[in-house]
Amino acid sequence: MTYIRKPLVHHTDLPVNELGLTERDYEGGMSTLCAGCGHDSITAALIQACWGLDIEPHKVAKMSGIGCSSKTPAYFLRQAHGINAVHGRMPSIATGANAANRDLHYIGVSGDGDSLSIGLGQFAHAIRRNVNMLYLIENNGVYGLTKGQFSASADVGSRSKGGDINEQPPIDPVLTAISLGCTFVARAFSGDKEQLVPLIKAGLQHRGFAMIDVISPCVTFNNHEGSTKSYAHTRQFYHPAIHTDFIEPKAEIRTEYESGKSMPIELHDGSTIVLRKVDVDHDPTNRAAAFGYLERHRAAEEIVTGLLYIEEEGRDLHAINRTVADPLVKTRVHDNQQAVLEEIQAQYR
Amino acid sequence: MSGRVNDFTLKIATVNGTGSASANALLTKAVFRMGVPVMGKNYFPSNIQGLPTWYEIRVTELGYLTRSGHVDLMVAMNPASFAKDHAEVTPGGYLLYDNTWPRVHDLSRDDINIIGVPLANMVNHHFVDAHTRLLMKNVAYVGALAGLLDLDMEVIEGLLQETFGESKAKLVEANMQAVNLGYTYVREHVECPLELRVERRDLTDGHIIIDGNTTAALGAMFAGATVGAWYPLTPSTGVMNAFSNLCDRYRTTGEGEREFAVIQAEDELAAIGMVLGAGWMGARAFTPTSGPGISLMNEFVGFGYYTEIPAVIFDVQRVGPSTGMPTRTQQGDLMACAYAGHGDTRHICLYPADPAEAFELSARAFDLAEHFQTPVFVLSDLDIGMNEWMVPALSWDRDYRPDRGKVLDAEQLDRLSGPFQRYMDPDGDGIPLRTLPGVHPAGAFFTRGSGHSKQGTYTEDAAEYQEVMDRLARKFETARRHVPAPAIEYAYASSGHDGRQRPTACAIVSLGSCDLAVREARKALKAGGTELDYCRIRAFPFTDEVERFLAEHETLFVVEQNRDAQCKGMLLMETDVARDKLVSILHYNGLPITSTHI
Repeated sequence: MTYIRKPLVHHTDLPVNELGLTERDYEGGMSTLCAGCGHDSITAALIQACWGLDIEPHKVAKMSGIGCSSKTPAYFLRQAHGINAVHGRMPSIATGANAANRDLHYIGVSGDGDSLSIGLGQFAHAIRRNVNMLYLIENNGVYGLTKGQFSASADVGSRSKGGDINEQPPIDPVLTAISLGCTFVARAFSGDKEQLVPLIKAGLQHRGFAMIDVISPCVTFNNHEGSTKSYAHTRQFYHPAIHTDFIEPKAEIRTEYESGKSMPIELHDGSTIVLRKVDVDHDPTNRAAAFGYLERHRAAEEIVTGLLYIEEEGRDLHAINRTVADPLVKTRVHDNQQAVLEEIQAQYR
Repeated sequence: MSGRVNDFTLKIATVNGTGSASANALLTKAVFRMGVPVMGKNYFPSNIQGLPTWYEIRVTELGYLTRSGHVDLMVAMNPASFAKDHAEVTPGGYLLYDNTWPRVHDLSRDDINIIGVPLANMVNHHFVDAHTRLLMKNVAYVGALAGLLDLDMEVIEGLLQETFGESKAKLVEANMQAVNLGYTYVREHVECPLELRVERRDLTDGHIIIDGNTTAALGAMFAGATVGAWYPLTPSTGVMNAFSNLCDRYRTTGEGEREFAVIQAEDELAAIGMVLGAGWMGARAFTPTSGPGISLMNEFVGFGYYTEIPAVIFDVQRVGPSTGMPTRTQQGDLMACAYAGHGDTRHICLYPADPAEAFELSARAFDLAEHFQTPVFVLSDLDIGMNEWMVPALSWDRDYRPDRGKVLDAEQLDRLSGPFQRYMDPDGDGIPLRTLPGVHPAGAFFTRGSGHSKQGTYTEDAAEYQEVMDRLARKFETARRHVPAPAIEYAYASSGHDGRQRPTACAIVSLGSCDLAVREARKALKAGGTELDYCRIRAFPFTDEVERFLAEHETLFVVEQNRDAQCKGMLLMETDVARDKLVSILHYNGLPITSTHI
């Protein structure tokens, strides 16, 4: 349970980041999820990414909805405020919080039930508003906390633990997000941290809504034969199309990249991501091409991963609102409100 | 009906979407500018164009700014509603109609005076463009009424100039031509002025004419609110329109950058979510809505209550249940707001009586929300929110400082020994300490709508859960001593040694927009020899003053605008009053309550 404190053993040899903090400083409470849950791997990747980016832990706001995935913000960054909203409504909490204070990093953790069933509307509209946040969908195709019902991301033909076959088409968060105008769309697999950590870093540095759909198998209710979201199935059909290398502003690009196969993209803060393409035919900056590419691989039942679409020039919520740089947390009260009131009332006399 | 100077009601029946609203506003403002107190109420359809709409103007030197229940002069411009309008005129009254076309003959009453003015004919001769003709017909009846009621033509011209400004001088000219058409015709063909007429007074100095949605928005701006989220919903839409306009002017930097954020949400679930997100982050945030929105917000309101996040929700009530009548007024959400959310939840509610009080209580709501770290409702209604009320000019305390509540800053958090514990009760008032995200690492905690202990950690422990729920109840008790006291008027001045008022046997208890009708009814009853004390509740939880008022009277008439006596129900549930002492007077047809009803 989250209130059981982890043993704080001092490892003097742990590496520190620019703030002098070790990865341990980015951890949270003990996970209460099932042993082997994909979500715990994602939590570990988040910790590694935040540590690697030298983010001050308390300058992060963690948010989630309801479900197994939504428990995880309690398991990382104990020095950051977190909020567990009602089911499917985290995007609106994130939107309001972000509107009030643009100075923080926002990490939203959701699940396939939370984002694609009960919360599909809020998920879609947060994308439309291009709220500057990292949005993870920990996608296992199943409702865990209520014991194994299909979610809206369950594939056609997938078999539930109880033996039912799903016949309704899935909602694909990646295609959905791209069609809604999402400015950063990626898919990853909880079992591939090498790919996930740089994606999270890039998502955190992207100005706008960065959605990563992370296939995260449910070991208890959806890891059996016949499930298309099991570890075995995911590994078999896993197709990493693009690897992402995240390069901080201060670092030089040292690796030699093969032209045509690599694509550097500069983020607004000066950092760079270099996309190493396995499939050279995919252009992640071309929306129409991304659709076609994803459709082809979906038909082949392949789970394509990587940064699949990016638009770094999109205007976020605050750019559209033309908000002042200072957070809106302070009340704004005029020095001479009485005079303002007199001026306003003149037109009502 | 007697001939009355500055004391009559006029009602204008038109077709909506034809521009009659501005003509009616012009009439109302002209009376106001002539120094005579005036009430204007709009009964409009939930429709854009083509359905019947009415506007009621009461000219009232004595200051009875509520519906009289009579129609002394009907301007019947809409053939579709002519029969109904014709029948509604109080005996001895007048009916003005457009006699360009013949009247239906079997609709004639010999107990009223009929005045025909060829409005369409005159306007069609004078103006060429079809749309202009349609608009100017309304302006022409303003002219006719000016002639009949002795309205000051200079005042009317001045108002037109203010409306259109110098840049649109041609419009002023065209409008004045239409006014003169109507004016000249009645002056030539009818004995003017009528027995009903307006005489100049100086009774409106220090007053304004304004709607309650605008004043609610003003209150939000003056309290320093920075985030507003909303979903358009009649009759609450005007709140956010006004807030945006005000902030564009007063909360925008020279570089055009906004010191506020207004977000049009995809629905009310998201609107309240955004408000709670912003409130959690430490901003003053609010959402205006009406009944259907309140229904949708329930889950999040309960979340806000249990997680203790400030939020201000304006419920501009309309007729329910369901979609109901979106353009009609009611006090039907009293219980829905007071107990919004599943499980044990109770919320602070404020009940303004008019636009002036909507300003005051709107600002107050933000202080209460942050002081008590909880959602606060401001319940006005369509009548207050959308009608133009004459109220005393608004004033503002120049020493006002927002009450941000018990929020620990970075320095205080620096001195904190041990982990921050969110839901303790350090001062015994039920109000915990709060921290805001991004301020200090020591302030971090996890906000959750699931069971939590007083330390803020997840719990399913019976005692830990109950401890927090009991403290929330204590917090609500503290709020009872902080919310606005009722406005109480005793019929008799204090007597005896104790200085306490001598209560009447019977009394009235009411709230919100019933106020003016109650006041007028009390005066009428007094004239008939019956004196009633009056308690107007301004907030929930009910304060001790309410409890005392209930105790010291034998019979209490509870006046409210809903079918199920929701205020009475709350009084029975929340106070010690005996059931048989309370007698309901209910009004719930969608129109504002009248004094004659009471």
